[in-house]
Amino acid sequence: MRMFTQRMTQDEYYRGVRMVPYDLLKELGLALAGVAVLAVIMAAVLSSPDVPPVTIAAWAQNDPVDFVTTATGELSGSTISAGYGNPYNTNGSGQSWGPIAPVRWFGTRIPVDSADAFVIQPLKTASVGDNDLGTALAAWSGASSDQQGKWLKAYTDALGKATVTDRKVTVATGDYGPLPTMMNNLLGVAQAGGLDGLLLVNGRFYQTDYTQGLLFMGDGGYLSGLAQQANLTGSQWGMMNETGQYPGQTWLWLYTMWYQVWPFTSHNGFLGLNAGNADLGIVILMTVLTVALALVPLMPILRDIPRWIPIHRLIWRHYYAPKRAAART
Amino acid sequence: MPDQHLQNPPATQPAPAVSPNNGSHPDSWTLKARTWVDRVLPMDHLLPDRQPYFVGSWVYVFGVITIAALVWVIVSGVVLSFMGPQWWHDSSLGHFFNSLHFWSVQLFFLFMVLHLWGQYFMAGWRDGRAATWMIGVVIFAASIITAFTGYLSQQNFASQFIAVNAKDAMNAGGIGAFFNVLNFGQMYGLHVMLLPITVTFLVVAHIVMVRSRGVVKPIRPEGGSAR
Repeated sequence: MRMFTQRMTQDEYYRGVRMVPYDLLKELGLALAGVAVLAVIMAAVLSSPDVPPVTIAAWAQNDPVDFVTTATGELSGSTISAGYGNPYNTNGSGQSWGPIAPVRWFGTRIPVDSADAFVIQPLKTASVGDNDLGTALAAWSGASSDQQGKWLKAYTDALGKATVTDRKVTVATGDYGPLPTMMNNLLGVAQAGGLDGLLLVNGRFYQTDYTQGLLFMGDGGYLSGLAQQANLTGSQWGMMNETGQYPGQTWLWLYTMWYQVWPFTSHNGFLGLNAGNADLGIVILMTVLTVALALVPLMPILRDIPRWIPIHRLIWRHYYAPKRAAART
Repeated sequence: MPDQHLQNPPATQPAPAVSPNNGSHPDSWTLKARTWVDRVLPMDHLLPDRQPYFVGSWVYVFGVITIAALVWVIVSGVVLSFMGPQWWHDSSLGHFFNSLHFWSVQLFFLFMVLHLWGQYFMAGWRDGRAATWMIGVVIFAASIITAFTGYLSQQNFASQFIAVNAKDAMNAGGIGAFFNVLNFGQMYGLHVMLLPITVTFLVVAHIVMVRSRGVVKPIRPEGGSAR
């Protein structure tokens, strides 16, 4: 195809075109030097963002009620990660658009049992030498699911009016079974920094996978509250923002924009695309737009716009200038 | 079985066809490859000392300064990866190199977007250059993924929340099963190794295609489709 091949050599292509002296390596050298100076000045004067990461310990210390509410939600299965679906578990259906549901294509590839991983296993580790906690865990595991559900509902309701005393969460008197003992022990482990280590994947010495810790923190309100203050949430164009006054991934402006506009903000939506499946809809839309950008040379109208909008006449003004002069004469 | 071409032929048989200049056999893969390279990208096209007079616009500079920014992105990134992740948090020199990397990336994208828009309004895909444009778009997409893994590898609050926030789109699109944005090790490995190699390879291919064909002529005033 003519669009992909140039049948003539470069010398034939430029036949009749006036050639002028050019020094490619000098141009590259000057560009390297110029950009280096610019980058060094910006780095020295403006520095770069580096707000320390949030730890589970900081979360448990600064917002104990949110921490305990989240942990209780993990047990009751009401958190985001507990009901997420693939790739973490099978408790949710995930997003789909008609028959298109890529989240289900590859199954549970990163298995995470929120209740067990975030609450029960850390408590079992902490219960070594702690008879009260061991007894509470035995009571919990020995109870029927119906009884567990009653305790969880009562405790979750009570957490709405919980107070913090001596870094522990206190709720009104009620029948919560072993939950107050379990949760205050988990809170204590977290406040001491133990949960940050216990939630590292696989329990090996060397670790680089923070899936469990980030999922747990993402279930709570503390991390998202800080993100809200830093303008990082999805409804604040967060994916293209950075902490402080620094530019973030500004090149993601188009991707981020779709999250702010109809139909991806609407419950009813359009053609099945709505706020409920916005992630999938926007991924599909951006994939289509990226492919379209790549295929511009093959697409009438899109490839003709440069001819209609005479910006090229500014770019090549020396080329067109004599032609205009000739036309005037 | 020995290669008969390497044996001395009997005097009564005609000598095998060889290049009259250097004695190479015309079936030589090496000779064919060199001939192809000489034809597609002779040195005076790879490193030209002349150019068409219409290449006298600042828009042409956007391409070379994008490459220059990429060089500094890679250089600062190599220093950061050599010293290790803690260096850019705990040392002022490390933080300076982190800043250098950060601003080089910002400049790289700024120049690349200007280059992309410039080439769009010049219809740079004309006269057999469609593949050059397409590879350019792939470079843009690959650079976005590379930068994304970089933001995830910062090991600060922004990278934490970007990971938590972005996982939903990755999972909804199906790639979250293999591209786990919550896994620092995977994101860091992709960011410092696989993705930079991909971007660099594509940029080299893009440059070779540009140098091989030369820059496109101005849009003809008389009209016609910009193919």
